[in-house]
Parts: sequence; C-alpha cells; structure tokens
Amino acid sequence: MIRSFGDIYRTLFGLELSVMFQYRAAVVIWLLGLVLWPVIHMIVWLTVAESKGGSVGDYDAGAIAAYFLAIMVVNHVTFTWHMYEMGWRVRSGFFNSILVQPLHPWHRDVLQNAAYKFLTLAVMLPVTGLLACHFKPTLDPPLWSALVFAPALLLAFLARFFFEWAVALLAFWITDTSGLNELYMGFVMILTGSLAPLDWMPGVVQSIAAWSPFPWMVSFPVELLLGRLTPDEAFHGFTMQAVWIAVGFGVIQLVWRRAAARYSAVGA
Amino acid sequence: MNTLRLLLLFFRIGVMNEVQYRANFWIHLLRSTMELGFALFSVFIVFRQTDDLNGWQPGEMVVLMGVWMLMSGMVGVVVQPSMEKLIEGVRDGTLDFTLTKPEEAQVLVSISYVRVWRLVDVVLGGLTIVGAMLWMDRVTGWPEVLSFALSLAAGSVILYSFWLMLSTVSFWFVRIENILMIFHSMYDAARWPVTIYPRWMQAVLTFVVPVAFAVTVPAGALVGRLSSEWLVGTVVLAAALLAASRWFWKTGVRHYSGASA
Repeated sequence: MIRSFGDIYRTLFGLELSVMFQYRAAVVIWLLGLVLWPVIHMIVWLTVAESKGGSVGDYDAGAIAAYFLAIMVVNHVTFTWHMYEMGWRVRSGFFNSILVQPLHPWHRDVLQNAAYKFLTLAVMLPVTGLLACHFKPTLDPPLWSALVFAPALLLAFLARFFFEWAVALLAFWITDTSGLNELYMGFVMILTGSLAPLDWMPGVVQSIAAWSPFPWMVSFPVELLLGRLTPDEAFHGFTMQAVWIAVGFGVIQLVWRRAAARYSAVGA
Repeated sequence: MNTLRLLLLFFRIGVMNEVQYRANFWIHLLRSTMELGFALFSVFIVFRQTDDLNGWQPGEMVVLMGVWMLMSGMVGVVVQPSMEKLIEGVRDGTLDFTLTKPEEAQVLVSISYVRVWRLVDVVLGGLTIVGAMLWMDRVTGWPEVLSFALSLAAGSVILYSFWLMLSTVSFWFVRIENILMIFHSMYDAARWPVTIYPRWMQAVLTFVVPVAFAVTVPAGALVGRLSSEWLVGTVVLAAALLAASRWFWKTGVRHYSGASA
C-alpha cells in the first residue's frame, strides 16, 4: 500500500533521529569544530579591532561578535557532510542498500541532516547563549529583516544541501575525493564569509563570491540578521538563493541517473 | 641508540610501503600546498586591516604559520599514525604481538607506523619559515636559533606525551577515535598566537590540550619575543609531561587484557 509522502518523511525522520541518538557522544564532539572555528576567527578580528581603536570597517566589537556568532549558528544549520559520505558509500558498496529503496536517496539524506541538526540544536543553543554572555554581541536589525531571516535560513540550507549533494556525485567518477573536498572546504571558508565578512576581502574575491553559490549559503542570512542589507539587496539575495537551489536540484536530476548507472557495487 | 636503530628500521619499512603508491606524494603535496595557501591567505586578509596583531608583525605571523605546519608535519610523520595504530591495536587485540616483543613496548608503539609523505609538511613549513625570515630581512643570531631548536624539540615532546596519554585512555574506553577529533579542532586554534585568546581559553590551550607551547613558543623564540622564563617553563613542562605519560602508559598496559584472548 502506498502511503503519503508525509508518512514516509515522518517515519524516516524518526528512524534517522534514533540512529543519531545512538551516536550522541560522537555527535557532540563533531560540534566542537563547528563552534571553535567561528570563535577563533571572532577572537582574531576582535584583536584586530582593538589594535585599530575599537572597530574594523564599520563593525565595532559588538558587531564583530554578533557577526561570528551568527556565522556559527547559520553554518551549523546549513552545513552538510554528504560530500564525505558519498565517497565512502561508493567505495564500500554501501550504496547497494540505498539503491534498492524506492525513493531518491537525497530525501533520506535531507532527513538525516535535519535529524542531526534537530538533536544538536539542544547543545548549540545553550553554547551560543554562553558565548553571547561572554562576548557581548550587539544585535539591532530592523523588524522586516529579522522576519525574513527565517525563510532566508531555510533557503540557504536548501541551496547548500542541493549544491553540495550535486558536487558529492563526483564520487562516482573520482575514487578518492578527499583532496577535492579539502579544496572545496577552503573556498567555503573564504567565500561564505566564515573567515571574515566579505566586505573586508579584496575586490577580486568579492566579485568571485558574488557569482558563486557560497555567500547565499551563509553570509546572506547572517547579514540579514545583522540588519546590514537594504530591501533591494535582500531581494537580490533571495533571487540568488532560488537560482542556486534550481541549479543544484537540476544538476542532481540530470546527473543522478548516469551516476547510478556507473556504479559497479564494489564489494558485492 | 637502540631506539634510534628501531626508528630507522620502521622508517625504512614506511618508505618501502609508501613508494608503492607514488601518486600519493603528488596528492599530498597538492593538499599541503593548498592548506598553506589558505593559511597565508588568512594572514593576508587580517593584515589588510591592521599592521600589528597583538604585537605580531605580518612576517612574524607567517613564521608562526610555518611553525604550525612544521609541527603538524613532525607529529604527523610518526607520532600520530603510530598512536592511531595503537588505539586500533587495543580494540582488535593486535597490541598483544607488540607487547610480547623483546623491546620496550612504549618505544615500539610510539614509532610503529611512519607516514613518510607527511615530511612534505615539514619541508613546506621549513621553507615558509626561511622565506618569512628572509622577507623580513631580520638578522637572526645563534641565541634565537638555539632557543628555537630547543623549544621546537620541547614542543614536540609535549605533543607526543599528550598523544600517548590520549591513546592510553583507550585501554579503559575502547572507542576514542572521536576524542582525537578534539585534538584536531584544538590544534587549529594554534594557528594564531595564543596571547590573543581570552584567559580561560589560554588555560585550556596550555594545560588541557597543550598546543600553545608547541607552536607559539617556538615561533616566538625565532622572532626574538620569547623571555627565558618561558623557554625554561616549556622545557620543564615537556619533561614533566613525558614522565607523566610514561607513568600513565605503564598503568594502562597493566589494565590491558587483550581483545582477542
């Protein structure tokens, strides 16, 4: 009997949640990196601000703290690990069990991702609160941009998820993608604004970023939350998010069948 | 001397293992160059905004990044792979074979696996340091070079002792691969001078995960901003941690029951 899509989603979400719960210690330890990176960068920039008499560009100490705490939260919500997992699935033959399921594998991955985020939010929120007490961020966005932050965050997640899932499909052609993943992570660090706000980058880097999918995955929602964007810029951001979601999803639709056809089920 | 002979032997085995996969050398070179590139880019971005990061000049920061790379290479060639193998050995029982060998077991587990290509990081880090020193056009005297060498040695002893203690924990808790993640995350914090961090974080980076001494101190020695108390402190800490890890290792081995038995 075919059940509704909602039922399938609910069941799989519960399943993935209980799987994650089995690995709760590991799950919390992975979080450390996600928390530490933005904090390190925040401290570096606070030090720079101090050496310049209190601010970098038009960010004062409170704004720097707010920026990197927002980066931490948005990066946590949007990040994916499927690029690493896909390579392993192809090499180990684990894909066999996924391919026989009557559902496109990205559904399952999106739910796994959501389950991880749902579980770790219980740690992430108090940690953010503690860091906020310590670093004293100032946050004063206009009402409209605070309101559209939530949809921007959701679209950022979808844009990043589909784009990285599409990139992950390279694992079907390249056996060892670890070098590629590292290169990708380097660009993510720079072009999503995780190293520093994109305004502080050289012009070339800024123009590359504007045409890449990366700012719309992280720094766009962050700047929205900080109230640094005009309505026009916000509209442009939403458009770019939509464009990149379409690109990522389109590539998956086009490439998936060929990728699956190439798969030779190692170990079977 | 015996230790040195064994190390050379394992090194030879490591080389023979790795030359079977020569393409790995190029892959590793590419990845390390990339990593160095990104590290230097972050220094560049910071110094576009200021010319002094908590007293560190641009060239000095490049030296620090070089030391960071050099140190991660030094630990990555022998210590880290051997310790990963030790943890695995505790889990699957292959440590039995090591313990029955007629050599000091701590020496054997500490050098049992050599990842030769990580030497690339040592070379790249070294070149970065030399390049930055030439660029700054700074005359370095023998005192600086000596205290650099001494603190580098002390720093690697500190990291070794820390790794050994971490791995020894696996005698009690078998699944600790994830704890190693903590070290990797914390080691990233050492890319910047520890003095920029708030006090509580400095304390963590000094005493809980002692990466502070491994990078900031040698780099400081080379650019001549290290007081002699710090140098002495680093050496003392290295000796203390070495003794502590030795004791902890012995206690751990007594606890080991062998997974296969």
